[in-house]
Amino acid sequence: MRLLALLLLLFSPALMAVVETYHFDDDEKRDRYQTFVEELRCPKCQNQNLAGSNSPIAKDLRRELHRLLEEGRDDEQVVEYMVSRYGEFVLYRPRFNPETAVLWLAPMIFLALGLALVAMVFRRQKKPAGAATETLNDNEKKALNDILKEQDVGDTNG
Amino acid sequence: MQRLKLFLPLITFAAIAIFFYTMVSRIDQGEYNPQDLPSALINKPFPSFSLAKLEDLTVSLQQKDLLGNITLVNVWATWCPSCHVEHGYLNYLFSEKDMIIVGVNYKDKAPAAQRWLQTKGNPYRFNIFDPDGILGLDLGVTGAPETYVLDHRGFVRFRYQGPLNEMVWQDKFQALIEQLQQEQLAYNGRGSR
Repeated sequence: MRLLALLLLLFSPALMAVVETYHFDDDEKRDRYQTFVEELRCPKCQNQNLAGSNSPIAKDLRRELHRLLEEGRDDEQVVEYMVSRYGEFVLYRPRFNPETAVLWLAPMIFLALGLALVAMVFRRQKKPAGAATETLNDNEKKALNDILKEQDVGDTNG
Repeated sequence: MQRLKLFLPLITFAAIAIFFYTMVSRIDQGEYNPQDLPSALINKPFPSFSLAKLEDLTVSLQQKDLLGNITLVNVWATWCPSCHVEHGYLNYLFSEKDMIIVGVNYKDKAPAAQRWLQTKGNPYRFNIFDPDGILGLDLGVTGAPETYVLDHRGFVRFRYQGPLNEMVWQDKFQALIEQLQQEQLAYNGRGSR
Protein backbone atom coordinates (compact mmCIF):
# COMPACT_ATOMS: atom_id res chain seq x y z
CA MET A 1 0.00 0.00 0.00
CA ARG A 2 2.73 2.39 0.96
CA LEU A 3 4.62 1.37 -2.15
CA LEU A 4 1.60 2.17 -4.27
CA ALA A 5 1.32 5.60 -2.72
CA LEU A 6 4.98 6.20 -3.38
CA LEU A 7 4.60 5.12 -7.00
CA LEU A 8 1.60 7.40 -7.42
CA LEU A 9 3.61 10.24 -6.01
CA LEU A 10 6.51 9.53 -8.33
CA PHE A 11 4.36 9.54 -11.43
CA SER A 12 2.03 12.36 -10.51
CA PRO A 13 1.40 14.81 -13.37
CA ALA A 14 2.80 17.67 -11.31
CA LEU A 15 6.16 15.95 -11.22
CA MET A 16 6.01 14.85 -14.85
CA ALA A 17 5.65 18.49 -15.85
CA VAL A 18 9.18 19.17 -14.67
CA VAL A 19 11.01 20.11 -17.81
CA GLU A 20 14.42 19.61 -19.32
CA THR A 21 17.32 21.55 -17.89
CA TYR A 22 19.53 23.85 -19.88
CA HIS A 23 23.03 24.94 -19.17
CA PHE A 24 23.77 28.65 -19.23
CA ASP A 25 27.08 30.48 -19.34
CA ASP A 26 26.11 32.81 -16.53
CA ASP A 27 23.44 33.29 -13.89
CA GLU A 28 22.11 36.44 -15.49
CA LYS A 29 21.06 34.46 -18.57
CA ARG A 30 19.50 31.76 -16.43
CA ASP A 31 17.46 34.38 -14.61
CA ARG A 32 16.30 35.89 -17.90
CA TYR A 33 15.40 32.40 -19.16
CA GLN A 34 13.32 31.83 -16.03
CA THR A 35 11.56 35.16 -16.46
CA PHE A 36 10.83 34.40 -20.11
CA VAL A 37 9.43 30.90 -19.54
CA GLU A 38 7.16 32.37 -16.89
CA GLU A 39 5.97 35.24 -19.06
CA LEU A 40 5.75 33.58 -22.47
CA ARG A 41 2.60 31.70 -23.16
CA CYS A 42 2.43 28.29 -24.79
CA PRO A 43 0.71 28.93 -28.18
CA LYS A 44 -1.06 25.59 -28.16
CA CYS A 45 -2.44 25.83 -24.65
CA GLN A 46 -5.17 28.14 -23.49
CA ASN A 47 -3.60 29.31 -20.31
CA GLN A 48 -0.20 27.87 -19.56
CA ASN A 49 3.17 29.47 -19.74
CA LEU A 50 6.18 27.81 -21.33
CA ALA A 51 7.42 26.69 -17.94
CA GLY A 52 4.21 24.88 -17.10
CA SER A 53 3.46 23.15 -20.39
CA ASN A 54 4.87 19.88 -21.62
CA SER A 55 3.34 20.16 -25.08
CA PRO A 56 5.85 19.64 -27.91
CA ILE A 57 5.55 23.23 -29.07
CA ALA A 58 6.37 24.58 -25.62
CA LYS A 59 9.41 22.32 -25.54
CA ASP A 60 10.54 23.65 -28.93
CA LEU A 61 10.09 27.22 -27.79
CA ARG A 62 12.09 26.61 -24.62
CA ARG A 63 14.86 25.18 -26.79
CA GLU A 64 14.72 28.23 -29.08
CA LEU A 65 14.68 30.54 -26.08
CA HIS A 66 17.79 28.89 -24.72
CA ARG A 67 19.46 29.20 -28.11
CA LEU A 68 18.54 32.87 -28.50
CA LEU A 69 19.79 33.75 -25.04
CA GLU A 70 23.03 31.85 -25.53
CA GLU A 71 23.51 33.70 -28.82
CA GLY A 72 23.43 36.88 -26.80
CA ARG A 73 20.17 38.35 -28.05
CA ASP A 74 18.66 41.00 -25.83
CA ASP A 75 15.15 40.85 -24.35
CA GLU A 76 13.72 43.05 -27.05
CA GLN A 77 14.97 40.71 -29.79
CA VAL A 78 13.67 37.61 -28.03
CA VAL A 79 10.22 39.14 -27.68
CA GLU A 80 10.28 40.23 -31.32
CA TYR A 81 11.28 36.70 -32.39
CA MET A 82 8.34 35.16 -30.55
CA VAL A 83 5.77 37.78 -31.55
CA SER A 84 6.72 37.70 -35.23
CA ARG A 85 5.89 33.98 -35.23
CA TYR A 86 3.06 33.56 -32.79
CA GLY A 87 1.60 37.06 -32.42
CA GLU A 88 0.94 39.07 -29.28
CA PHE A 89 -0.82 36.01 -27.89
CA VAL A 90 2.49 34.54 -26.66
CA LEU A 91 3.11 37.46 -24.33
CA TYR A 92 1.38 37.27 -21.00
CA ARG A 93 2.21 40.95 -20.75
CA PRO A 94 1.36 42.13 -24.27
CA ARG A 95 2.88 45.32 -25.61
CA PHE A 96 0.64 48.34 -25.95
CA ASN A 97 -0.64 48.78 -29.50
CA PRO A 98 -4.03 49.32 -31.14
CA GLU A 99 -4.69 45.58 -31.06
CA THR A 100 -4.05 45.21 -27.34
CA ALA A 101 -5.32 48.63 -26.25
CA VAL A 102 -8.62 47.16 -25.06
CA LEU A 103 -6.78 44.66 -22.88
CA TRP A 104 -4.75 47.37 -21.22
CA LEU A 105 -7.40 50.05 -20.94
CA ALA A 106 -10.50 48.05 -20.08
CA PRO A 107 -9.54 47.46 -16.43
CA MET A 108 -8.82 51.16 -15.95
CA ILE A 109 -12.10 52.11 -17.59
CA PHE A 110 -13.98 49.68 -15.38
CA LEU A 111 -12.14 50.96 -12.31
CA ALA A 112 -13.09 54.53 -13.21
CA LEU A 113 -16.71 53.50 -13.75
CA GLY A 114 -16.74 51.67 -10.42
CA LEU A 115 -15.24 54.61 -8.56
CA ALA A 116 -17.75 56.94 -10.18
CA LEU A 117 -20.57 54.64 -9.08
CA VAL A 118 -19.27 54.45 -5.51
CA ALA A 119 -18.88 58.23 -5.39
CA MET A 120 -22.44 58.65 -6.63
CA VAL A 121 -23.85 56.28 -4.02
CA PHE A 122 -21.96 57.97 -1.20
CA ARG A 123 -23.04 61.43 -2.26
CA ARG A 124 -26.64 60.29 -2.33
CA GLN A 125 -26.36 58.79 1.17
CA LYS A 126 -24.97 62.01 2.65
CA LYS A 127 -28.20 63.84 1.81
CA PRO A 128 -30.83 63.42 4.54
CA ALA A 129 -32.97 60.44 3.67
CA GLY A 130 -36.76 60.78 3.54
CA ALA A 131 -37.36 58.30 6.36
CA ALA A 132 -35.26 60.34 8.76
CA THR A 133 -37.78 63.23 8.88
CA GLU A 134 -39.98 61.21 11.26
CA THR A 135 -37.42 61.50 14.02
CA LEU A 136 -36.81 65.22 13.61
CA ASN A 137 -38.20 67.52 16.27
CA ASP A 138 -40.29 70.52 15.38
CA ASN A 139 -37.40 72.98 15.33
CA GLU A 140 -35.40 70.81 13.05
CA LYS A 141 -38.35 70.32 10.74
CA LYS A 142 -38.81 74.03 10.52
CA ALA A 143 -35.13 74.58 9.84
CA LEU A 144 -35.18 71.91 7.20
CA ASN A 145 -38.23 73.37 5.50
CA ASP A 146 -36.56 76.75 5.51
CA ILE A 147 -33.49 75.31 3.87
CA LEU A 148 -35.57 73.46 1.32
CA LYS A 149 -37.50 76.60 0.48
CA GLU A 150 -34.29 78.55 0.26
CA GLN A 151 -32.72 76.13 -2.15
CA ASP A 152 -36.01 75.67 -3.96
CA VAL A 153 -35.51 71.93 -4.18
CA GLY A 154 -38.54 70.12 -5.56
CA ASP A 155 -37.70 66.67 -4.28
CA THR A 156 -40.96 64.76 -4.34
CA ASN A 157 -39.56 61.89 -2.31
CA GLY A 158 -38.76 64.10 0.69
CA MET B 1 -35.53 56.29 -13.94
CA GLN B 2 -35.40 55.19 -10.30
CA ARG B 3 -37.30 52.04 -11.20
CA LEU B 4 -34.94 51.31 -14.06
CA LYS B 5 -31.96 51.48 -11.74
CA LEU B 6 -33.39 48.62 -9.70
CA PHE B 7 -33.30 46.42 -12.75
CA LEU B 8 -29.81 47.40 -13.74
CA PRO B 9 -28.18 44.28 -12.22
CA LEU B 10 -30.71 42.07 -13.97
CA ILE B 11 -30.15 43.82 -17.29
CA THR B 12 -26.38 43.51 -16.88
CA PHE B 13 -26.74 39.85 -16.05
CA ALA B 14 -28.97 39.27 -19.09
CA ALA B 15 -26.51 41.04 -21.38
CA ILE B 16 -23.60 38.95 -20.11
CA ALA B 17 -25.65 35.75 -20.31
CA ILE B 18 -26.62 36.48 -23.92
CA PHE B 19 -22.99 37.20 -24.79
CA PHE B 20 -21.77 33.94 -23.26
CA TYR B 21 -24.59 31.98 -24.83
CA THR B 22 -23.81 33.24 -28.32
CA MET B 23 -20.12 32.46 -27.84
CA VAL B 24 -20.87 28.92 -26.67
CA SER B 25 -23.24 28.28 -29.55
CA ARG B 26 -20.69 29.67 -32.00
CA ILE B 27 -18.14 27.24 -30.60
CA ASP B 28 -20.68 24.40 -30.91
CA GLN B 29 -21.31 25.22 -34.55
CA GLY B 30 -17.59 25.36 -35.25
CA GLU B 31 -17.75 29.04 -36.20
CA TYR B 32 -15.34 30.00 -33.50
CA ASN B 33 -12.60 28.02 -31.82
CA PRO B 34 -10.96 29.63 -28.82
CA GLN B 35 -7.83 27.62 -29.53
CA ASP B 36 -7.41 29.12 -33.00
CA LEU B 37 -4.69 31.70 -33.01
CA PRO B 38 -4.60 34.44 -35.57
CA SER B 39 -1.45 33.76 -37.54
CA ALA B 40 1.23 36.40 -37.22
CA LEU B 41 2.17 35.74 -40.86
CA ILE B 42 -1.01 36.92 -42.55
CA ASN B 43 -0.17 39.17 -45.50
CA LYS B 44 3.52 38.49 -45.01
CA PRO B 45 5.77 36.44 -47.28
CA PHE B 46 6.19 32.76 -46.53
CA PRO B 47 9.33 32.47 -44.37
CA SER B 48 12.54 31.58 -46.14
CA PHE B 49 13.89 28.10 -45.57
CA SER B 50 16.26 25.56 -46.99
CA LEU B 51 15.17 22.01 -46.30
CA ALA B 52 15.31 18.62 -47.95
CA LYS B 53 12.57 17.22 -50.15
CA LEU B 54 10.88 14.27 -48.50
CA GLU B 55 10.56 12.32 -51.73
CA ASP B 56 14.27 12.70 -52.45
CA LEU B 57 16.30 13.81 -49.45
CA THR B 58 19.24 14.91 -51.60
CA VAL B 59 17.17 17.68 -53.20
CA SER B 60 17.00 20.98 -51.35
CA LEU B 61 13.89 23.14 -51.42
CA GLN B 62 13.67 26.90 -50.95
CA GLN B 63 11.09 29.63 -50.55
CA LYS B 64 11.23 30.33 -54.31
CA ASP B 65 9.79 26.87 -55.01
CA LEU B 66 6.49 28.12 -53.60
CA LEU B 67 6.13 31.17 -55.83
CA GLY B 68 3.92 31.70 -58.85
CA ASN B 69 0.84 29.70 -57.94
CA ILE B 70 -1.97 29.79 -55.44
CA THR B 71 -0.76 27.08 -53.10
CA LEU B 72 -2.04 25.26 -50.07
CA VAL B 73 0.75 24.48 -47.65
CA ASN B 74 -0.35 21.60 -45.49
CA VAL B 75 1.54 20.76 -42.32
CA TRP B 76 1.23 17.06 -41.52
CA ALA B 77 2.91 14.18 -39.72
CA THR B 78 2.40 10.46 -39.39
CA TRP B 79 2.05 10.81 -35.61
CA CYS B 80 -0.91 13.12 -35.98
CA PRO B 81 -4.31 11.38 -35.79
CA SER B 82 -6.26 14.20 -37.44
CA CYS B 83 -3.90 14.03 -40.41
CA HIS B 84 -5.13 10.48 -41.09
CA VAL B 85 -8.67 11.81 -41.17
CA GLU B 86 -7.73 14.74 -43.35
CA HIS B 87 -5.65 12.88 -45.93
CA GLY B 88 -8.57 11.59 -47.96
CA TYR B 89 -9.89 15.10 -48.38
CA LEU B 90 -6.48 16.35 -49.52
CA ASN B 91 -6.48 13.62 -52.18
CA TYR B 92 -9.89 14.88 -53.25
CA LEU B 93 -8.75 18.53 -53.37
CA PHE B 94 -5.83 17.52 -55.56
CA SER B 95 -7.65 15.22 -57.97
CA GLU B 96 -11.07 16.92 -58.20
CA LYS B 97 -10.39 20.58 -57.48
CA ASP B 98 -6.92 20.78 -59.07
CA MET B 99 -5.47 22.46 -56.00
CA ILE B 100 -1.72 22.75 -55.73
CA ILE B 101 -0.81 21.36 -52.34
CA VAL B 102 2.65 21.43 -50.85
CA GLY B 103 3.27 19.34 -47.76
CA VAL B 104 5.38 20.20 -44.78
CA ASN B 105 6.27 16.94 -43.10
CA TYR B 106 6.53 18.22 -39.56
CA LYS B 107 8.75 16.62 -36.89
CA ASP B 108 8.47 13.24 -38.48
CA LYS B 109 10.67 10.37 -39.61
CA ALA B 110 11.34 10.15 -43.33
CA PRO B 111 10.74 6.39 -43.87
CA ALA B 112 7.40 6.48 -42.05
CA ALA B 113 6.32 9.57 -43.97
CA GLN B 114 7.38 8.09 -47.33
CA ARG B 115 5.46 4.92 -46.55
CA TRP B 116 2.40 7.00 -45.66
CA LEU B 117 2.45 8.69 -49.07
CA GLN B 118 2.82 5.35 -50.85
CA THR B 119 -0.09 3.72 -49.05
CA LYS B 120 -2.51 6.62 -48.66
CA GLY B 121 -1.91 8.39 -51.95
CA ASN B 122 0.13 11.51 -52.55
CA PRO B 123 -1.80 14.73 -53.16
CA TYR B 124 1.31 16.85 -52.67
CA ARG B 125 3.28 18.50 -55.44
CA PHE B 126 6.27 17.98 -53.15
CA ASN B 127 6.91 17.68 -49.44
CA ILE B 128 9.25 19.81 -47.40
CA PHE B 129 10.95 17.56 -44.87
CA ASP B 130 11.12 19.41 -41.55
CA PRO B 131 12.17 16.83 -38.92
CA ASP B 132 13.17 19.41 -36.30
CA GLY B 133 10.25 21.73 -36.80
CA ILE B 134 12.49 24.61 -37.93
CA LEU B 135 10.18 25.78 -40.67
CA GLY B 136 7.26 25.00 -38.38
CA LEU B 137 8.68 27.42 -35.84
CA ASP B 138 9.11 30.18 -38.41
CA LEU B 139 5.57 29.56 -39.62
CA GLY B 140 4.18 29.72 -36.11
CA VAL B 141 2.85 26.17 -36.32
CA THR B 142 1.38 25.04 -33.02
CA GLY B 143 0.47 21.50 -34.08
CA ALA B 144 -0.58 19.40 -37.02
CA PRO B 145 -2.55 19.57 -39.19
CA GLU B 146 -2.44 23.18 -40.25
CA THR B 147 -3.07 24.58 -43.70
CA TYR B 148 -1.76 27.84 -45.09
CA VAL B 149 -3.06 29.53 -48.22
CA LEU B 150 -0.39 31.30 -50.28
CA ASP B 151 -1.22 33.68 -53.09
CA HIS B 152 0.73 33.77 -56.35
CA ARG B 153 3.29 36.14 -54.80
CA GLY B 154 4.01 33.60 -52.08
CA PHE B 155 2.32 35.68 -49.38
CA VAL B 156 0.45 33.92 -46.59
CA ARG B 157 -3.19 34.93 -46.82
CA PHE B 158 -4.90 32.50 -44.48
CA ARG B 159 -4.08 29.85 -41.94
CA TYR B 160 -6.42 27.12 -40.80
CA GLN B 161 -5.72 25.00 -37.74
CA GLY B 162 -7.29 21.57 -37.77
CA PRO B 163 -8.25 18.95 -40.35
CA LEU B 164 -9.76 20.03 -43.65
CA ASN B 165 -13.06 18.64 -44.84
CA GLU B 166 -15.80 19.68 -47.23
CA MET B 167 -17.58 21.85 -44.68
CA VAL B 168 -14.44 23.72 -43.69
CA TRP B 169 -13.54 24.13 -47.34
CA GLN B 170 -16.90 25.64 -48.28
CA ASP B 171 -16.89 27.82 -45.23
CA LYS B 172 -13.36 29.17 -45.05
CA PHE B 173 -11.48 28.43 -48.26
CA GLN B 174 -13.76 28.51 -51.30
CA ALA B 175 -14.38 32.26 -51.41
CA LEU B 176 -10.77 33.11 -50.59
CA ILE B 177 -9.39 30.85 -53.33
CA GLU B 178 -11.73 32.46 -55.85
CA GLN B 179 -10.65 35.91 -54.73
CA LEU B 180 -6.97 34.94 -55.03
CA GLN B 181 -7.59 33.56 -58.53
CA GLN B 182 -9.11 36.94 -59.49
CA GLU B 183 -6.08 38.69 -58.07
CA GLN B 184 -3.77 36.44 -60.01
CA LEU B 185 -5.71 37.01 -63.24
CA ALA B 186 -5.61 40.75 -62.72
CA TYR B 187 -1.89 40.58 -62.06
CA ASN B 188 -1.17 38.44 -65.12
CA GLY B 189 -3.37 40.67 -67.28
CA ARG B 190 -1.40 43.71 -66.21
CA GLY B 191 1.89 41.94 -66.84
CA SER B 192 1.11 40.96 -70.44
CA ARG B 193 -0.03 44.40 -71.51
